[in-house]
Amino acid sequence: MPTFTLSDANFDEEIGSATEPVIVDFWAEWCGPCKKIGPILEQLAEDHAGKVRVAKLNVDENPETGRRFQVMSIPTLVVFQDGQPKARVVGAKSKSDLEAELAEFL
Amino acid sequence: MTPVRNVVIIGSGPAGLTAAIYSARANLAPLVLEGEPSSTSDQPGGQLMLTTDVENYPGFEDGIMGPELMASFRSQAARFGAELVAEKASKIDFSSRPFGIWVGDPDGAEPTYRASAVIVSTGARSIMLGLEAENRLMGRGLSTCATCDGFFHQGSSIAVVGGGDSALEEALFLTKFAESVTVIHRRDELRASKIMQERAFKNEKIAFRWDTVVDDLVGDGALEGARLRNVKTGETSLLEVTGMFIAIGHRPNTDLFRGILDMDDAGYLVTRPDSSYTNIDGVFAAGDVQDHTYRQAVTAAGSGCMAAIDAERWLEAQGDAPPDVAETPTNW
Repeated sequence: MPTFTLSDANFDEEIGSATEPVIVDFWAEWCGPCKKIGPILEQLAEDHAGKVRVAKLNVDENPETGRRFQVMSIPTLVVFQDGQPKARVVGAKSKSDLEAELAEFL
Repeated sequence: MTPVRNVVIIGSGPAGLTAAIYSARANLAPLVLEGEPSSTSDQPGGQLMLTTDVENYPGFEDGIMGPELMASFRSQAARFGAELVAEKASKIDFSSRPFGIWVGDPDGAEPTYRASAVIVSTGARSIMLGLEAENRLMGRGLSTCATCDGFFHQGSSIAVVGGGDSALEEALFLTKFAESVTVIHRRDELRASKIMQERAFKNEKIAFRWDTVVDDLVGDGALEGARLRNVKTGETSLLEVTGMFIAIGHRPNTDLFRGILDMDDAGYLVTRPDSSYTNIDGVFAAGDVQDHTYRQAVTAAGSGCMAAIDAERWLEAQGDAPPDVAETPTNW
């Protein structure tokens, strides 16, 4: 699996110590569109390995982090760089649309 | 030259995937262009991907979740050999046969796919309010997907706009999370089925604002409220809500076929009576893209089956079907 998993417990440590930008996918089991972009994000992580990392955060199991970053809709992608949120994409998108929106990090 | 497929199915809701199941079982090796991921109903799996409990699809006495039902349709189509790709058609050429279908760059010289027959089942997408504030607040309290986003509204006051079955289904679902749900409807009666109306009226968390439309949304970083107007009295008011879900109806996904396939004033494809035939020989239409009357998962599935049978018989008559299909009657 080219992506890794974040939780409320390890979020700050993992994001704080990351050297590359991290795209965090806020998702949940009951969200249809989230499931559709899952494979696209795996592919994105593989295609852009070394430049960017992709992490999954299940909002159902980890409600605290979603609240902290005002996630009110899923899927939401937030890109963290140097520990700070730098960009946000709300809603499922095709791979090419995602790459276009996140171009500066890829 | 791109190889010619027997059947290409555009769209992957109940109509497209039922057409895929039937045409795969008829050995036509169909290709399904499923569409691209999005958070609107124009996505692989279609409108049911955004719904919660489907209680009226026959065969599921306890109901089934929309996304689960569509995953099951999809696996069933794949089991019989349908090829499914998460791609969206960007241009079609129905002017000569075999038909051409483009994916990605519509200016490409060669079509991405060629097909002897095409089944159009691109469905319909939700209509938005058409307010400038919508773009700004989408995903920041404003949502098109109650299943996805209801969770984020625990203990809050929210609103649902619309008066049909989808609106009430969303309102009822959202009462699991929200403290109060206000249904905003532009008329003084609902279009929803009686059973849904009864449930909604009985639910203490649900209130109704009749004869009311949303004039504007309030909030910068996140939704804070909605400016409402009573269409009969002209009276305006501010409803404080942190969440709003829109279910005011659908529009057919037929932009690709404008000027090519016959459509009615609302943009729905017109099929010949009692069939799935369009005005172009070899192009068939199924599901909500050609149905503004029933718009049910089960009627979409039924018309997808019709389109597959019509396409198979039409291919046979052209002599285009694979030999084992043309020679042996299909065991439907």
